[in-house]
Amino acid sequence: MAQFLNQMMFGWYPYLCLTVFLVGSWARFDREQYTWRTGSSQLLRRKQLMWGSNLFHVGVLIIFMGHFVGLLTPIAIFDAIGIPHGFKQVMAIVVGGVAGLMCLVGISLLTHRRLTDVRIRKTSSFGDTAILLVLFAQLLLGLLTIIVSLGHLDGHEMVKFMNWAQGVLTLQVDRWKWLVDVHPIFKLHLVLGMTIFLVFPFTRLVHIWSAPVWYFGRQGYQVVRTRKHLNAAE
Amino acid sequence: MKIRAQIAMVLNLDKCIGCHTCSITCKNVWTSREGVEYAWFNNVETKPGIGYPKDWENQKRWNGGWKRRSNGSIEPRQGGKWRVLAKIFANPDLPEIDDYYEPFTFDYEHLQKAPELEAFPTARPRSLITGERMEKIVSGPNWEEILGGEFSKRSADYNFEGVQKEMYGQFENTFMMYLPRLCEHCLNPACVASCPSGAIYKREEDGVVLIDQDKCRGWRMCISGCPYKKIYYNWSSGKSEKCILCYPRLEAGMPTVCSETCVGRIRYLGVILYDADRIETAASEKDERDLYDAQTGIFLDPNDPKVIAEARAEGISEQWLEAARRSPIWKMAMEWKVAFPLHPEYRTLPMVWYVPPLSPIQSAAAAGKMGMDGDMPDVRSLRIPLRYLANMLTAGDEEPVALGLERMLAMRAYMRAKSVDGVIDEKIAAKVGMTGAQIEEMYKIMALANYEDRFVIPTTHREWAEDAYDLKASCGFSFGNGCSDGETPSLFGGNKTPAIRKPEEFA
Repeated sequence: MAQFLNQMMFGWYPYLCLTVFLVGSWARFDREQYTWRTGSSQLLRRKQLMWGSNLFHVGVLIIFMGHFVGLLTPIAIFDAIGIPHGFKQVMAIVVGGVAGLMCLVGISLLTHRRLTDVRIRKTSSFGDTAILLVLFAQLLLGLLTIIVSLGHLDGHEMVKFMNWAQGVLTLQVDRWKWLVDVHPIFKLHLVLGMTIFLVFPFTRLVHIWSAPVWYFGRQGYQVVRTRKHLNAAE
Repeated sequence: MKIRAQIAMVLNLDKCIGCHTCSITCKNVWTSREGVEYAWFNNVETKPGIGYPKDWENQKRWNGGWKRRSNGSIEPRQGGKWRVLAKIFANPDLPEIDDYYEPFTFDYEHLQKAPELEAFPTARPRSLITGERMEKIVSGPNWEEILGGEFSKRSADYNFEGVQKEMYGQFENTFMMYLPRLCEHCLNPACVASCPSGAIYKREEDGVVLIDQDKCRGWRMCISGCPYKKIYYNWSSGKSEKCILCYPRLEAGMPTVCSETCVGRIRYLGVILYDADRIETAASEKDERDLYDAQTGIFLDPNDPKVIAEARAEGISEQWLEAARRSPIWKMAMEWKVAFPLHPEYRTLPMVWYVPPLSPIQSAAAAGKMGMDGDMPDVRSLRIPLRYLANMLTAGDEEPVALGLERMLAMRAYMRAKSVDGVIDEKIAAKVGMTGAQIEEMYKIMALANYEDRFVIPTTHREWAEDAYDLKASCGFSFGNGCSDGETPSLFGGNKTPAIRKPEEFA
């Protein structure tokens, strides 16, 4: 039974989540772009947002980059550069810990604001509040894994996650077996993490896709739209 | 030279009676929706006052508009691209809704349904955001109406810069004027420059500045970027919205709703041709006081054969060129020099201009003698300080405003001589650098202000720009989401808790 559960959650579930994540995002972008937005509530209440949002976003971006690079860089590359797994593990704990604490302070402020400020509470959709609480829970689980990780500083546990994550993306469907004996906190963190991908297209999280990096590429500052191209075609 | 055409507006403040019809009709058409109850694409302020949103003219506080760097180039005052993106998680320059006002309604139903009571039932206010009781309304869209509130608060008005303002707090010396405000549809819009998504754009064919509602992501940098605070964040849709200059009406040759319904007939709409290649140079002028001249410098004379030839080459239609020649905006801003831009020092090159108001003689009652300049009163003895108007319209340069006011006084004197004394007095016209014929035309357009003289709007040839076949059976105007109004419960939108509950739902 445990075997089956493991296979379901780490063998099949990732594909369900990734599919909904990608197809859902595409469908929403294509069909309902008017709903595609950050959902900022700064206009309604500035208090707690200046510190909360900055700490949360900077923290979460560092954490995201850490997970992205840490999980998806092929192990051979780490070996080739000569980064020992133990060093990587300690780096993850230190950088992730600091960013996690920043993020924790930030999300605490934001959650307090969303639940107690009447303007924010009354104008929040179910999704706005729910995703905040899910992220809060995920962050706490992530911070708890640090305690577990302190027990195996040589980094061999991390290699399991890397093998699994890279296996999922390279369609090696039996890689779930790497995760059978990891600590339950890790498993919870993984399942909730995949669930975030699952609900992503239905929440305000879609604004992550729209991080406005193209702003730097704009020539000058102004944007002018013309109708001339159609005239010219005639 | 790169010629573009713009539909510009002039408001003759000398005739504004502060009735707010423009604001109300605009609100009824465009912003009577959840999320923008607090937003007025058009509002009318009583000056002197700090305005709506509070203190909007104080760019030391809001960092709107552009600033000139020491190397002579300009960048948004809130910062260049890196600085804008660094503020994206929390924008320190964004006003809070209380800087506008918390929108409210009243429990009207209680008036009908109240049981028998000792006292009259009252309709108490309720927030349109939270639906909760508001014990006291502390601010509104027109909070300083007819000089409401203490002078000490209203005199924080930025336009008092360089004016000994204390005396204007006294009843005998006080002055008042109305300032209707809408989006300026600038040539160098700071909102467009600040938008990280590139969702805001200026239309090449008529200069209207619009926000693509599908592309807007709600990063809210445009709101702080616009020095006039004329972009509003819709807290319900999460998108920014602004005055669209009623472009669906303009395209059909009709004036904007605010202009159409103006009972004082103070609004004018017409075409201005300008040189798009010189926008940046004009906006980068070193001395702020030269910005008014710099902007008029890039407007192109629609009667100049070279300009006409170039405009034709650029694909501007004959109908638009004809409208440019008949443009009341060109006449008031360029020929007669009686209209001025609002706060040119923001360097956005605004395209909604204002004719400054005349006012009664300040010193007449006090001293028993008027400051007279020949047959006409001296504009420097008018009740509204010249410096105050200059701070508002020419970055503090009094001379152009003085000449504009003198020409308006000359028009009165000339027409009085003509219609009362039966004398055509060319001397009056010559004194202000005009001819009698010019004054008569000025009288026709500014005093009589017939509909067809106020609004010279060429239609847009959509048939040249769009394939009408594609539009067959489409839904026309909508708020994005295809033909849905964006409020239908969808997989992605989710349902909002209704902000307003009826009184009986509160038990």
